Parts: sequence; structure tokens; C-alpha cells
Amino acid sequence: MALLETRNLIARYGDFQALFGVDIALDPGETIAIIGANGAGKTTLMRSISGILANQPDAVLFDGEKIGALAAPDIVARGIAMVPEGRKLFPSLSVEENLLIGRYGRAVEGHWGLDTVYALFPILKERRTNPGTALSGGQQQMVAIGRALMSNPRVLLCDEISLGLAPVVIKDIYAAFPRIREAGASIVVVEQDIGQALKVADRVYCMMEGRITLSGSPSDLTREAIHAAYFGVA
Amino acid sequence: MAWLDTIIQGILLGGLYALFAAGLSLVFGIMRLVNLAHGDLIVLAAFLILVLVSALGLNPFLAALVAMPVMFAVGWALQFFLLNQTLGTDILPPLLVTFGLSIVIQNGLLEGFTADSRRIPVGGMDSASVALGPINVGVMPLLTLASAVAVIVGLNQLFYRTSLGRAFRATSDDPVTAGLMGIQPKRIFATATGIAMVVVTIAALYLGTRANFDPTIGPARLIYAFEAVIIGGLGSLWGTLAGGIVIGIAQTFGAAINPEWQILAGHLAFLVVLLVRPRGLFPRAVD
Repeated sequence: MALLETRNLIARYGDFQALFGVDIALDPGETIAIIGANGAGKTTLMRSISGILANQPDAVLFDGEKIGALAAPDIVARGIAMVPEGRKLFPSLSVEENLLIGRYGRAVEGHWGLDTVYALFPILKERRTNPGTALSGGQQQMVAIGRALMSNPRVLLCDEISLGLAPVVIKDIYAAFPRIREAGASIVVVEQDIGQALKVADRVYCMMEGRITLSGSPSDLTREAIHAAYFGVA
Repeated sequence: MAWLDTIIQGILLGGLYALFAAGLSLVFGIMRLVNLAHGDLIVLAAFLILVLVSALGLNPFLAALVAMPVMFAVGWALQFFLLNQTLGTDILPPLLVTFGLSIVIQNGLLEGFTADSRRIPVGGMDSASVALGPINVGVMPLLTLASAVAVIVGLNQLFYRTSLGRAFRATSDDPVTAGLMGIQPKRIFATATGIAMVVVTIAALYLGTRANFDPTIGPARLIYAFEAVIIGGLGSLWGTLAGGIVIGIAQTFGAAINPEWQILAGHLAFLVVLLVRPRGLFPRAVD
């Protein structure tokens, strides 16, 4: 059985419908990537799963439980943590405080704590007393990932973590993923960078205009199929 | 030595204004809510202490201790059930609702306690004094300032040393992302208002023992609280103490020149600070 699943997920902002019946599934231990152009609905999908947007209760299932209508704090408490688009560090908090607040709603024993997050991203330990927003973009992204890990999530949602970062920095950040998987988290990454997504994921979903247009393991997907699913066929 | 005496008395009076202002500053800092009923809530707490003192025969300090959890609950419920519904992008609803609340509290107190002015009796303590070198200072004003400093230290510790304080600051920064951390902003806001009401109770103790009060004096305390917050700089608790002291010193100097000038001098000091430092003496860097 899938750990996390969406079933016919529909989302709208007022009159504007952003998702038209999205079905995805994440198995335990798996990493999936969701790719698609701007406005395809990737971030809306993440906001729906993480509880920022409310949905029908049975539109999102976590470990068999209907969580679609739960609010964000209740979702975190169950073990789904999100690295939001744009990092969203708290400017009034230091780096270390930003990490510590990741445990606020779910302080469970597990692999991740301050020490292990600092071991994963050593630069953060040096900068621990700085305000979160005084760091470079890549370091801020590390704080955002560390902050989500602090709750020892069973599912880690990463929304556009490479956005606006230099390729070498993106490589550094994705280098942490194998260790995050080893520690037991299943991962959903949202990416615009198709190459990066194919490298990191066991399976890929491609979205266009609020629908899943293609899915499969990276080795099964041809460039042409992805191109068609990403941009639509002329 | 008269001028030194005036400064000392002004600083001590400033402690009272800082107590008025600390709760206002706390609530505004966390949820950007301007509580126009703040002064009336101080008066409400003063009446609560008065009732505990006169009906149960409690010592006023003990009565204040009893009143604190009651006022915390009042603040928590007020925020959770009423004020949270007014928060949003529009700043007008909280102003209107708290303005209405101010009128409701005043009239409720008027019904319950009449317009007579009251005072919380503290035995002989209100006339006791101690000599600090050549200056005699009242025990109650000294306690007021000490309480104000203790409240500011306590709130700072709470803000910067505890998990709840981190949640306060994070929610103030970004309530949506705070939700992703498992923080429930509405509960955080309710807790913050509850804590503000505990500070209000401390302020009420000194307001009610220092001078007479009646149900209508709340709005004037609100003005002093506002001025202290603005002079100190929004979001800075130590600034709020400094702001209270600036108003206190200005008022005692005004009164020393001519008793009619006491209130005016405080407001003039506020105007001068606004002209010279519009963001206050210690504005918070990020806002």
C-alpha cells in the first residue's frame, strides 16, 4: 500500500481551478519527482498535501488515513514535513532557532536532531547564531531542509529547492538526499529542472495545466514523451 | 536637589507607564493587532483586584496573584473567540471591534460599580518611603518600577529563550509557514493575549493602589501606553520601558513647573520624539 496517495485531488483558488483530479502515489522509502512548467499546478499540489490548502478528506490519504481536510499543523504532527517554495525562513529567528522550530509540532525521537542536521550541512553550525536570512541562498535552502528534517518526517516534501540557485550549489544540496533517504524518509521533490529530477527520483510524474500527463520510472521515459507531457503536443 | 528628585520621581512614574504599555506592545508585536480596549482592560483588572480585596479580604498583592490566571483566561478567550475572527489583511475590523469592546467594558463596569472613584487599599504602604541618599522615594513607586523591569526582563526571556517565544516570533514573521512547523497561529495569538492580560493585571495593581480610578479612565491610560510604545520604537520591549520613562520624566518636570502642565508635558515630549525620531528611540531592525 502506498504511504501517501492523492485520489482525484481537485484544488481551486476561488473561481480558478488549479488541479483537475490529480492521482499520485508515494511508496515507503521511495523518492518521486514532480516536474512541470510554471503554472502546471506543482506547488498547488504540495500546498494541498501539506494542509495549507484544504481539500476533500478522501482526496489525500496518508498511511490509509484520510487527511485531505486537515490543517497544516495536524499534517506535520502526522509526519509530513514541507520545505516550502522560496525557503520561507523566519527572519526573526537565528539559524539554530529556525532549525529548532521545526520540532515544534512533532518532537519525536529519530535520526534527525541538531547534531545530525549540522553533520549533514556543516556550514550551518558555523552560522548557527546568524539570522536565517543573512545566509546565502544555498545555505538558506539547507536551513529550510534541516528545519523540515527536525520533525523526523516520514514524508519530506521539497518544493522547488533548486529555484534561483547556482548549479554547483544545487549539486551540493542534492548530495544530501541519499542520507535523508537512508534515515528513513520518503521524498517528494518538485522540480523544474528535468535532468535533476530524473537523477534523484525512482519515479517521475509530469504535470501540465493541473493534470498528470505522464508518469513512470526515469529509465522508461523517453525525451520525446517528457517533452510532450511537459509542453503539450502541438 | 529638586531637579534630581523630579527626575527620580519621573523614572518611577515611567515604570507605571511601561507596565501599561508592555502588554500593548506584546500584542501588537506578535499579531499586529492594536487593542483599543487595552486601557479599559487595565481598569477591568483593577476592579477585579478591588473585588478580591474587599470581598475576600485578601492582601492586594495576593489578590493580584489570584487575578492573574483569571485575566489570562479572559485574554485567551477574548482573542480565541473574538479577536482572531477580526484579523486579516484589513486593519479596520480589529480597530472597530476593540473600540466597541472598550465601550462595552466601560459601561459594564459603570453598571456594576457605579461611577464612584475607588482605590485599592494597601494599608500604610502607599505612604511609606525609603531614603535613597538625599532623595526620599515612595515604596509603591519603587515597587512599580521594579515590577516593570521584572516584566520586561521576563518577557524578553520568554521571547528569546523559550520554545513558546520562538513560536511567537515565527508566527509574527509568517503565520502560514509557522503552520507548516506545527504551530497553530490562533492558539499562539490567544496565548499571547493571555500573557498580555497577566501584565495588564500587574499594571492594574499599581494603577489602583497609586491613585483613584473609576470605569471611565481607561482610554487615557491607553494614550500613555501608546505613547510609550511609539517613543520606544515598535517591537522593542526595552524601548517600551524607555518610552514610559520619557513620558514619566516629562510629566514630573511639567508638574514641577506648573501642576497644570503635567499631562501636557508628557504629550509634548511624545510629539518631540515623533518629530526627531519618527520610528522611535529603539526601532526593531526588521519589520
